[in-house]
Amino acid sequence: MPQLWELTAGELRAALARGETSCRDVAQAHLERIEALDPQVRAFVTVTPDAALKQAQRWDDARSRGEALPPLAGIPVALKDNFCTTGVRTTCGSKILGDWKPPYDATAAALVREAGAVLVGKTNMDEFAMGSSTENSGLFTTRNPWDLNRVPGGSSGGSAAVVAARMAPLALGSDTGGSVRQPAALCGVVGLKPTYGRVSRYGLVAYASSLDQIGPFARNVHDAALLLNAIARHDPLDSTSAPLDTPDYTAALTGDVRGLRVGVPREYLAQGVRAEIRQAVEAALEVYRGLGAVVEETSTPHAEYALSCYYIIAPAEASSNLARYDGVRYGIRSDEGKDVLSLLETTRDLGFGAEVKHRIMLGTYTLSAGYYDAYYHRALQVRTLVKQDLDRCWERFDVLVTPTSPEVAFRIGEKSDDPLAMKLSDVCTIPVNMAGTCAVSLPCGFHDGLPIGLQVIGRPFDEGTLLRAAHAFEQATDWGSRVPAL
Amino acid sequence: MPKLSLSEVEHVALLARLRLTAEEKTGLTESLNVILGHFEALQQLDTEGVPPTTHAMVLQNVFREDAARPSLPREAFLREAPEARDEFFVVPRVVDT
Repeated sequence: MPQLWELTAGELRAALARGETSCRDVAQAHLERIEALDPQVRAFVTVTPDAALKQAQRWDDARSRGEALPPLAGIPVALKDNFCTTGVRTTCGSKILGDWKPPYDATAAALVREAGAVLVGKTNMDEFAMGSSTENSGLFTTRNPWDLNRVPGGSSGGSAAVVAARMAPLALGSDTGGSVRQPAALCGVVGLKPTYGRVSRYGLVAYASSLDQIGPFARNVHDAALLLNAIARHDPLDSTSAPLDTPDYTAALTGDVRGLRVGVPREYLAQGVRAEIRQAVEAALEVYRGLGAVVEETSTPHAEYALSCYYIIAPAEASSNLARYDGVRYGIRSDEGKDVLSLLETTRDLGFGAEVKHRIMLGTYTLSAGYYDAYYHRALQVRTLVKQDLDRCWERFDVLVTPTSPEVAFRIGEKSDDPLAMKLSDVCTIPVNMAGTCAVSLPCGFHDGLPIGLQVIGRPFDEGTLLRAAHAFEQATDWGSRVPAL
Repeated sequence: MPKLSLSEVEHVALLARLRLTAEEKTGLTESLNVILGHFEALQQLDTEGVPPTTHAMVLQNVFREDAARPSLPREAFLREAPEARDEFFVVPRVVDT
């Protein structure tokens, strides 16, 4: 008889529907697992046990009254700590917000609650989502459940670790340059970045507004589709929200990929990608061929410029978005502020970590008079070229397959001294954000006991085909069922 | 691309409202120059006639009815402020007399 925390969201739904367990027991089991494991993993900034048990009880009461339950009733979920959650501390992994509790919910947080999911806590992240390892958190470092001396990836490292360690079956993160997909790869779970505009950004604390997108973490593609169903909505509170209906993404999981046209852009398997990663991806392509998909190499020639392009655009947008942290309306305030300028300067110096300061400085510089054309404007043009490369692929292919991360999880502290080394972690994921389309990472192997992620990229707003492709691979292999030995 | 000087870094820090220590300034000058060197590659690309992309998905004029709707109560925000009094956020004097 499996433990409740071993079950996927889909299995928990079925067990609850059959009356084999209660929402309260499900919540309790996960809260106990969090208590047992999180002192080692350190995925959570805030755990919300009382609220979780109360919510769970509410659904049990509704069920006993014979009421129909929403699709995720009783399923535990964790949210990255850049999601505003009413009355629950929200830090964005930064000291600058202090103990701030938002007075409103992010739309995605509210939707997840309305779908019945039970919030167990807020997860650790790189500060303001800037980073690829969660080492940039201003609070503490999260560990990879597969090897506690290694990073979980970032910036949504906490959410990925929660799902990998089975502390909750579902989590949400945010992805600006790969921050859902890369930690999913390093932690051996499924992580999806929907098309830009598919999920509302209202209440997601902004990093780079033209790139940010909320995405689900889960242990399998079906669970990810369940969570996507709950959050993919047009939202009038987000003017970049796509005015589209929500299909049932679970209905797309037919298991059939015969004739699926799979493109493999050769630039993504170039040098820098470790041999073991390349081998795992080649093996995955063989699986796709075996399932009847048509696999063909292709080229996205501007992919190598996407990284530089991102490190101009994202910091530029961030320098603008982070101007609001001034010690006036929320968070900490320096007591050295005798006038407005010193209030701002000292609060920000106290509250922001090194990487955030670095990116604010970079963004401010590239936007400043005299440099705007050389850097920012040119980067926007290169963004067009990167996007056009991907747009062109959809004429010949249904999905593209690449590695997610060029390597498996690295040691904590290994890349701290080299400002560029860390950033190379995102070389395969960044072009997708630049183009605004959707992509998912799912497990495709192990190297020395550490997970390897396969990235599947889909056509804009065609998450159905994307998830079908991912699901078929998952069903033909069994990489997601291994559990870290914690 | 010209390398960043310390005085340029100080100017940018002022624009960004960051009070940096001397160590932070030298550290940042170095690491910014490394990253800027990386951007040289972009200069080699031919971007003649290429329109800039600011947003991957183009929506235009996303408006709503110009009708008043209830907001969250003021207290909800003032409650979480570092310093508040009556209906105001308290700040140091802004105007020098």
